[in-house]
Amino acid sequence: MTRQFCTFRLDGHLFGVPVETVQEVLRHQSMTVVPLAPVEVSGLLNLRGQIVVTVDLRVRLDLPPREADTASVNVVVRTHDGTVSLLVDQIGDVLEPTQADFEPVPETVPASLREVVEQVCKLDGELMLVLDTERAVQPSVPVGAL
Amino acid sequence: MDEMDEIVQEFLVESHENLDQLDHDLVELEQDPASRALLSSIFRTIHTIKGTSGFLAFSQLESVTHVGESLLSRLRDGALQLTPDMTSALLAMVDTVRALLGDIERTGQEGSDDHSELIAVLTALQETAPTLQETDAEPSGPAAGTATGATAEETTAAAVTTSDRLLGELLVGQGAVSEDEVTLALAAQEVGDDRRIGEILVNVGDTTPEAVAQALDSQHEGRRSAADSTIRVDVDLLDTLMNLVGELVLTRNQIVQRAATRQDPDLLRTTHRLNLIAGELQEGVMRTRMQAIDTVWSKLPRVVRDLSVQLGKQVRVHMEGRDTELDKTILESVKDPLTHLVRNSVDHGIEAPDVRRAQGKPAEGTLTLRAFHEGGQVNIEICDDGAGIDPAKLRDRAVSRGLMSAEAAARLTEREALNLIFAPGFSTAEKVTNVSGRGVGMDVVKTNIEKIGGLVDVHSVLGAGTTIRVKIPLTLAIIPALVVSADGRRYAIPQVSLLELLRLDAAGGGPRVETIHGTPVYRLRGQLLPLVSLRQQLGLDDGAGDATYIAVLQADDRQFGLVVDDIRDTEEIVVKPLGGLLRHIDVYAGATIMGDGEVALILDTMALAQHAGVVSEASGRQETAEAAQTTSAERAHLLLTGLSDGRQVALPLDAVDRLEEIPADRVERIGGQEVVQYRGRVLPLVRLDAVYGAHGEESTGGDLLQVVVCGHEGALVGFVVRSILDIVDAELDVRSVLDSGGRLGSAVVSGSVTELVDVAHAVGALGDLLRAQARAVQDQQTGHLSSEHVAV
Repeated sequence: MTRQFCTFRLDGHLFGVPVETVQEVLRHQSMTVVPLAPVEVSGLLNLRGQIVVTVDLRVRLDLPPREADTASVNVVVRTHDGTVSLLVDQIGDVLEPTQADFEPVPETVPASLREVVEQVCKLDGELMLVLDTERAVQPSVPVGAL
Repeated sequence: MDEMDEIVQEFLVESHENLDQLDHDLVELEQDPASRALLSSIFRTIHTIKGTSGFLAFSQLESVTHVGESLLSRLRDGALQLTPDMTSALLAMVDTVRALLGDIERTGQEGSDDHSELIAVLTALQETAPTLQETDAEPSGPAAGTATGATAEETTAAAVTTSDRLLGELLVGQGAVSEDEVTLALAAQEVGDDRRIGEILVNVGDTTPEAVAQALDSQHEGRRSAADSTIRVDVDLLDTLMNLVGELVLTRNQIVQRAATRQDPDLLRTTHRLNLIAGELQEGVMRTRMQAIDTVWSKLPRVVRDLSVQLGKQVRVHMEGRDTELDKTILESVKDPLTHLVRNSVDHGIEAPDVRRAQGKPAEGTLTLRAFHEGGQVNIEICDDGAGIDPAKLRDRAVSRGLMSAEAAARLTEREALNLIFAPGFSTAEKVTNVSGRGVGMDVVKTNIEKIGGLVDVHSVLGAGTTIRVKIPLTLAIIPALVVSADGRRYAIPQVSLLELLRLDAAGGGPRVETIHGTPVYRLRGQLLPLVSLRQQLGLDDGAGDATYIAVLQADDRQFGLVVDDIRDTEEIVVKPLGGLLRHIDVYAGATIMGDGEVALILDTMALAQHAGVVSEASGRQETAEAAQTTSAERAHLLLTGLSDGRQVALPLDAVDRLEEIPADRVERIGGQEVVQYRGRVLPLVRLDAVYGAHGEESTGGDLLQVVVCGHEGALVGFVVRSILDIVDAELDVRSVLDSGGRLGSAVVSGSVTELVDVAHAVGALGDLLRAQARAVQDQQTGHLSSEHVAV
């Protein structure tokens, strides 16, 4: 049995989330900044009357900040905690890798990344990191705590 | 089988409603055991349940209701007199029926519990009949026979079992009989004529069988039309509708805003209509969710009855404003807090009958529940005429529980002390009864009420009773809010906490913001209003000079001014929860979508005040214990004033009510005492210059006297000083007691030796005048309370 993954890019890395968790993909939206919010929260989005929290995955995963003037895309996912929008660099294709290509995350990967990456999938010439969306929308745990 | 399920479902819903009514009726019946109308109503309800359960083959339910019905029918026929034992047994039967119905609802089957004991009790009660000697309750026995008789009547003419009085009224209304004739017939029934009222009237020749039949028909019609005009609707459906209406309101806001910028008269007209219709729809849908508070209250007399029987107290429940309506979700969330408050009043408030009699009160305590609408909010009051709460006891307990230091406790105002009952870990019960030790404390009550944007307050007069006042919003879904802005972003403040708006005049001349050790305050009508900067609270950059408005807000019983950049508009907003990532930021109560489609955050007034430290220690909850540690190191908020000879005198800020400038020519005299008329009272003046023997040039103060108005135990005193210097938060470490009367001693404050005024002492020295004033004020306050009790 194969699973389909919706892929996107963040700082050159290829990430994937199970396609059934993705509600929709939106172009850049205007957002309301929330003072006092955790750093990874980039704001609130009006999604047809529903208020959705947007998490900047670059900040969440401790990746270098996005350069100014570069476009970003909202990947709206459904989690146990409601609908959350993930801010990513670029949207990719929907892939259907075979089960055999998946492997656990190597121990040497930085903890900040390992915390939210479920598995690694070996694609042709590239690795896809399978994102644990439930974890990704939880406040980040300080690195030392892991 | 589906059809069967439907019938069972209908039966369950109907029976549950009937049972609630039954609880109510039974308790009322105890007050008025002779009421045939009540007895008939109770009998009918049980009879209906019995009939249907027999039809649906719920044999246990049938047997329980059967014995209950037999007992009731004998009560109704006057063969038995209602005793408290009977009421208890009947209430127990109601509980059993409810449990059985619950089992049926969950499993579709009756439970396997054994109810023979209850049946035996109910049967035994029937046998105590004074007029009948039968000892066996076999189905062939006369007791059961009465019940079978009733069934037979019911099957032959269902409507005949409706209230006899009503039938009489109908006949009188038709002009078929006179009122006297009906009274006669009723009297005949009462002395043992067991025929129906219609029968008696026909037999006596007062009326014709046709007229009775006609009256019965119209009785039927009345009932049918009531059933036809209402339908049951699933609450989920209403919730969905409410959400949709919320969306519609938001969309309308957006369209109205867009249309206003366009020069299109047609569009404008359509928008106006949309505006109106959406408004009406919103109101209509909200109304469908409104329920009378009675749906919650109707269960309370039973609660009170059970509790008072258990505690050996006598309590009468009196209700006012039972039809006051509020949103179903709110009603559900106040249900438990209200029940708890009522239990608490019966348990701790109302005294045992002998204690009451000893104090010259009637043995029966009165618990008054009052509900009314006021300013878009619902007020619910729970008043008892019990022992009242002793603030001194509360203070002692707070100290012994380690909630605060003795000094902090002593500084609490009476009102703050009373509100200690809502502090976590606080129980005033001398001994823990099984009523009070139920795990739900008053702090939970307060938290639950605050969760829905409500407030709880307690007033108490020792020996006369306690009133707990709960204020809750009408609805939660759509609320009016004031939109303000800070740093270019918009925030919504719920209108309920808004008191007034002030514009700051930066150009000077007008009132302005002053600072006390860097803490901004504002003189609002002579009183210092602590200011909280929204920018600062939200960690935004402090754009100096941008702040132009102050929104005066109410948090708990404190006021504070929220400094904002700009004030936009008031708008109806739909409160939406924030996601999990933001839920922990308590300064936001939620978010909403504005007219232009952008998201705005809703501010939580209470949390803002707490963050800024505006809310006092007593309500500061968790911080209380820590604060107690620091206050015990003699930290005090002091108002520094200057005397004519340059000396400094400090007054405890807690005691300071207001700062006033009073024209010298308004000073009058009573005996040797200087007084002024102040807010409708006589305010005695104490010249601190004279008290402290400062002999500077006293008259150079000019025509205006600087008066510090202090309150002490309800009495007001005005201290006349030369000048008001500052408010300091001082550590009173250097302290000497060179007492020359009326002072606590002296300490070094802000580098100079400062004498501390003991307000209590000064008040005491004023003697009779002040005591008379205090009495007058107290009379005013208690006058309010006692008039409430007169109304009961």
